[in-house]
Amino acid sequence: MIEDQEETWNLFREGGMRLTDDGFFITMNGKRVRVALGTSVAAAMMMSGEPCRFSVTGEARGPLCGMGICMECRATVDGVAHRRTCQMVCVQGMEVVTG
Amino acid sequence: MSARFDVVVVGAGPGGMAAAVVAAEAGREVCLLDDNLTPGGQIWRGFRTETAHKYPHGAGFLEWSARLQHTDCAVWQGWQAVASPAAGVLRLERGGEARTVRFDRLILATGARERFLPFPGWTLPGVMGAGGLQALVKGGLDARRKRVVLAGSGPLLLAVAAGLKGAGAQVMGIYEQAPAIRLAGFALSLLGQPGKLAEGLRYRSKSIKAPYRTGAWVVRAEGRGRVERVTLTDGRNEWSVACEWLGSGFHLVPNLELPQLLGCRVEGGYVAVDRLQQSSAAGVACVGELTGIGGLEKAVIEGQIAGWAAAGLESRAKALGSQLEEKKRFAGRLDRAFQLRPELRKLVKADTVVCRCEDVVHGELESCKGWREAKLHTRCGMGACQGRICGAATEFLYGWENASARPPVYPAAVSTMAVPQNSDA
Repeated sequence: MIEDQEETWNLFREGGMRLTDDGFFITMNGKRVRVALGTSVAAAMMMSGEPCRFSVTGEARGPLCGMGICMECRATVDGVAHRRTCQMVCVQGMEVVTG
Repeated sequence: MSARFDVVVVGAGPGGMAAAVVAAEAGREVCLLDDNLTPGGQIWRGFRTETAHKYPHGAGFLEWSARLQHTDCAVWQGWQAVASPAAGVLRLERGGEARTVRFDRLILATGARERFLPFPGWTLPGVMGAGGLQALVKGGLDARRKRVVLAGSGPLLLAVAAGLKGAGAQVMGIYEQAPAIRLAGFALSLLGQPGKLAEGLRYRSKSIKAPYRTGAWVVRAEGRGRVERVTLTDGRNEWSVACEWLGSGFHLVPNLELPQLLGCRVEGGYVAVDRLQQSSAAGVACVGELTGIGGLEKAVIEGQIAGWAAAGLESRAKALGSQLEEKKRFAGRLDRAFQLRPELRKLVKADTVVCRCEDVVHGELESCKGWREAKLHTRCGMGACQGRICGAATEFLYGWENASARPPVYPAAVSTMAVPQNSDA
């Protein structure tokens, strides 16, 4: 729990956006995408132009609620399916697969 | 793992933070758990301690986050409460990891979400909630030079317009479905609320360059593969506006799933509570938007009342009662001012998706008699969001009541749910 707290407070103190930062790379459907520190995975997905998923009838969908409720932004992150990408921050080397 | 606290608070927005802080300051062992990455809820989303003073509501954030950091309160971010296997126990999950937390007193501060109403094209990428768009921009979505239309209802539209302008977006127009006459009455009623009035004017002055139209609403969104154009109406004329993004939310609805799972009685769409914020479920208090959409100030007062009550300091809790009455009246005025106009029920066509998870269209639903029949026959509300989005829509469109919640209240791993009730795992 201690580590948890530290992690939380560090994010809390320093978190948010540092647009001056050079950022780092993640992989989005096999493509390398540069993101700034603190970028949510859903935001990175939108900026790369990828829909998050295809609906049961095949419609392309993007994020809707931005706060972890609607499940529209779910995608596979580092091999784990159905992650709510709006509630996750990009980390270096992360692999995101949409659809 | 399993942990035990005197008080567990679910939701680290203003109400939950205030509740956790006062209970911890009174010497109770407190755990504040929250689904987001950092504390602050939605109104303080993405606020940082160094820069919060620049933003509206920043002072409150600085005060409560500083007080929280000075306590021994355990703050668990990224955790969802998915089930309550027994009284005094919550089962939590974070990215596949599970925890059990036990407590004597529970304070729920799960906040609200936007009410989404279906219209043709609302499922196109680029159509988001107004608050949803704001949250994504706070999460690093580059808004510079993006043309944005905001259409829906509620004071959030103005707050979002100001935020998006600050982030470099071009706000093409703000369309409020409520008629001017209702809003004028609301504005007058704010004269006794200097804080709220100042807040509203600050937003207005920042976003004044964008047209703000009352009595106007979205008819449809169109585009190839993503939204490119939005058509609006004032009931007489229709016109279109080109845009990259549409932010559309129709005021707010409380996140009632967890209170309902725990047996809290709901009346008129909100959790019924007594003067100490206690719900009908023993040992469970509810604060903030759960008891009425009233915003930051109401949530902070209710949070303190529930926190002090949980710490046994009932007289301190009761002393805030008169302040709270005023905030509750404000909440009632908000609900009335931003009541949805009946024309919004007519936007859906037979082929308009209502349930986004299962792609159930209006044509399949209009003949159903209620939520249960719709679930059984069409899978409406049976998908990943568990009716969080289409539940509020079908309530408005068809008058259906969706008053039950079942565990898990969020999709959870089987392993999270499979632990026996008496286990410490």
